[in-house]
Amino acid sequence: MRWLAFILALLVAQPLLADSDLPPAYWANRQLPDPKQEAKAEGLMEELRCLVCQGQSIADSDAELAGDMRDLVRRRIAAGDKPADIRSWLIERYGTWISYKPTVEPAAWPLWLAPLALLLIGAFLIRRRIRR
Amino acid sequence: MIAETGLAALWLAAGLAALQFVLMVLALRTEVDVGRAIRSIAVVQGALTLLAFAMLLLVFSRSDMSVALVFANSHSAKPFIYKVAGAWGNHEGSMLLWVTILSAAGACLGLLSRRTGERTLVAALGAQAALALGFYAFLLIASNPFARLNPAPPDGQGLNPLLQDPGLAFHPPTLYLGYVGLSVAFSLAVGALLTGQVDARLARAMRPWVLGAWIFLTLGITAGSYWAYYELGWGGYWFWDPVENASLMPWLAATALLHSINVLAARGALKAWTMMLAVIAFSMSMVGTFLVRSGVLTSVHAFAIDPERGTFLLGLLAIYVGAAFTLFALRGASLKEGTPFELVSRESGLVINNLLLSVVLGIVFLGTLYPLFVEALSGEKLSVGAPYFNAVAGPLALVLAVLVGIGPLLAWRRERRPVLKRLTVPALLGVAALLMTIILAPGIGILPRLGLTVAAFLASASIVPLIGRNPLRAPIATWGMVVAHFGIAIALAGMAANAAFSSERLAVVKPGETLNVGPWLVQLQGVMPAAGKNWTAIEGELRATRGQGPLTLKPQTHYYSNPPTETNEAAIDTFWNGQLYTVIGKPDTSGGWQLRLWWKPFVTLIWLGGALIALGGALALLGRIWLRRRGHGAGWRKELYA
Amino acid sequence: MSRGLRLAPLALLLLLLAGLVWRLATPVDTTVHSKLEGQAVPAFDLPAALPGRPSLSSPDLATGQPHLVNVFASWCVPCITEVRVLQQLKARGAAIEGIAVRDRRDDLADFLARNGDPYDRIGSDAQSRVQIALGSSGVPESFVVDGKGIIRYQHVGPIEAADVPMILAKLEQAR
Repeated sequence: MRWLAFILALLVAQPLLADSDLPPAYWANRQLPDPKQEAKAEGLMEELRCLVCQGQSIADSDAELAGDMRDLVRRRIAAGDKPADIRSWLIERYGTWISYKPTVEPAAWPLWLAPLALLLIGAFLIRRRIRR
Repeated sequence: MIAETGLAALWLAAGLAALQFVLMVLALRTEVDVGRAIRSIAVVQGALTLLAFAMLLLVFSRSDMSVALVFANSHSAKPFIYKVAGAWGNHEGSMLLWVTILSAAGACLGLLSRRTGERTLVAALGAQAALALGFYAFLLIASNPFARLNPAPPDGQGLNPLLQDPGLAFHPPTLYLGYVGLSVAFSLAVGALLTGQVDARLARAMRPWVLGAWIFLTLGITAGSYWAYYELGWGGYWFWDPVENASLMPWLAATALLHSINVLAARGALKAWTMMLAVIAFSMSMVGTFLVRSGVLTSVHAFAIDPERGTFLLGLLAIYVGAAFTLFALRGASLKEGTPFELVSRESGLVINNLLLSVVLGIVFLGTLYPLFVEALSGEKLSVGAPYFNAVAGPLALVLAVLVGIGPLLAWRRERRPVLKRLTVPALLGVAALLMTIILAPGIGILPRLGLTVAAFLASASIVPLIGRNPLRAPIATWGMVVAHFGIAIALAGMAANAAFSSERLAVVKPGETLNVGPWLVQLQGVMPAAGKNWTAIEGELRATRGQGPLTLKPQTHYYSNPPTETNEAAIDTFWNGQLYTVIGKPDTSGGWQLRLWWKPFVTLIWLGGALIALGGALALLGRIWLRRRGHGAGWRKELYA
Repeated sequence: MSRGLRLAPLALLLLLLAGLVWRLATPVDTTVHSKLEGQAVPAFDLPAALPGRPSLSSPDLATGQPHLVNVFASWCVPCITEVRVLQQLKARGAAIEGIAVRDRRDDLADFLARNGDPYDRIGSDAQSRVQIALGSSGVPESFVVDGKGIIRYQHVGPIEAADVPMILAKLEQAR
């Protein structure tokens, strides 16, 4: 079922998903020679949302544009850019939507405060149940 | 005729459900004894929906193209087993499965329930009928599985080979038995709130139902995760996708409920919390069904995007959960809690366990729906994905796992013995594991490192309840608890090992070239075409060595034409200490092929752990049922709660 | 149990329902819009897509005259009909530049020969780099860029005949 809808989405979601004939970009499916850089690149790729998919990161998407974005990320990391800068650059272009990790903007504060808030609310609710 | 029989059975069942509900109202308002009548009606209702479902299976197995659903989702050339599985591999069929389980569960409740108070049981059966009514209405009005096509087309459209996969075929029934099984807990809670009989007896009546549903949910989620892992071709097993979260949330609620029930059964306490959890668990199932079918959240797994059906389901959700919460608001005041618990006691441990599970549930719920609310309020689109959930739920899960090691050692009422002494060995093992990871694997992340530490601790701590007594004389239910908690440790170890020690190699190689991944040396021998019944493929032949003898792995990329798609068929080899996962991708212009290789040490522990958790649940269920059958000897209850 | 506590679940449910009702009423808009509207076109310098046709670089878009930058490809099906609409726009005075994404020289030449050629310059973006730099997420998309190189408007999807007046108006405003 999930694949059916995925495939249907692929077919229906024109014009974004016709495929070109060109092979994937060079660094789309190759790892950087420096393992530390590659680890940084992969960490970032797992946090970036694929623009043309139904909810996947660019790290595990077969879409062409995702491959091109992986190529871009690897090139820039190899050139010395920091992952945070690359993410900001992409957010400047596509909005916070492209980052699977909510940023530190005000709209995302409730998300980061939620765990603590929920714990405190929970502790408050059980305060009378446990006798010290 | 068959389809019409099925449809007629559904209508009749709906009518009976209405009658069942009316009888319940009657019984609660007056003093009329409807016990036998309502039970019989529940059983007949269940039988009728089973008949309807059997009819659906029949039209699918015969490829009766005059039924619109069969035309849309099946084909005469489909293998028999997938024809049958196709019955529930679509919206209408799966809703019929939902209703069938709902009403069959009600029938079983009527047939098998001997421990519930009579009035509460009647109320619960009425509540179950009310639940069924809404879904009958949904089926009969908006999602009729038995609609006909006239004239009948020669053959069907549903030959999508991607759906012809055993995992995909049997995933829904397992999950549904879990989701919908929780409805019994919901109905019992509603029934008890109506009659005011919220007590230990209710908890003991609810427990087998919750355990049963929970076992299926655990299995369904574990199996779904493994399916995604081997099918999607990127080595991931959990993506925090909204639909995955929709299956996790009922599981979290059901786990908390399970443990809360134990407190209610043993001490008659935590009444409000247990009732609330029972309502929330099935509510989460309904929310999940709504999310998957309404198109409200973007997901790779979204079922059928139909806002109209979504609205209907939302209406049902509003009515059922609203009614249950209203009942809770009205009757909650009468739920008197007893004396507070001692800090160091099993009850307190379980309360904190509940608290942490509820917080994780809240976080998953919030994270899944947050983008929707932000967009509603401000128009801004943001995404909440794996980085958030892992960062937040991970640490909480670790704390919970530590408590899981300590809790079972605490006695009810008050633990006077020094518990921590019994945990010396597990604690030392944990520290040893921590030191080993620091020395041998200094570069891994902090969460995986702590995960391995806690897993070592919990694996040993979960066995401690059996030490110091004859394990063969311990109640089976205690074994169940031990196995389930041990399973958590195993699954945690697998997840941590995967996060810490997985090696990945992505490269473009020509035949004859080698790559290394982890301890393996993998050589691409060549790439050849291959073909199957309804696909063509390219098949890579890989030769992998690791010190000893070479192995051959043949990953493929399948190309289908109806509809035109391609899938990766990973070639995975499993060893005692991990899996070698290989995928072949596209060629480049110079004769090289894209290869993706992973060496994932101990990754299979993840699903082994899940299976153990389910096994533990099954043992707990069996243990309690068997004990009951054997008779209530004087000592058994003390044994169980020792 | 206090009244507030007993009513809290209901209150939370109502909140949830409100959100879900809103979402059902306002269907999800999956188009991804560039956030660069109002900002300068990022600096880029593309190689020529066809021999004899000048390539496209960002300075070419800051010449004092508004431009319509069309991100397209020969393998893009809706681009075929869009080209005819672009020709109408060109006939009405619009300056149209093209960015061919992931395209081959021969395929591009065929495409233009078969369907028409409204482009002044065409740049070749073989790895979607300029497309990503612009905040575009698919083909076809078009950007109205003013004389100073500021992006004024993004049109996602093919420009249809009915959109022509609107695009011309935007180009006028960008003068």
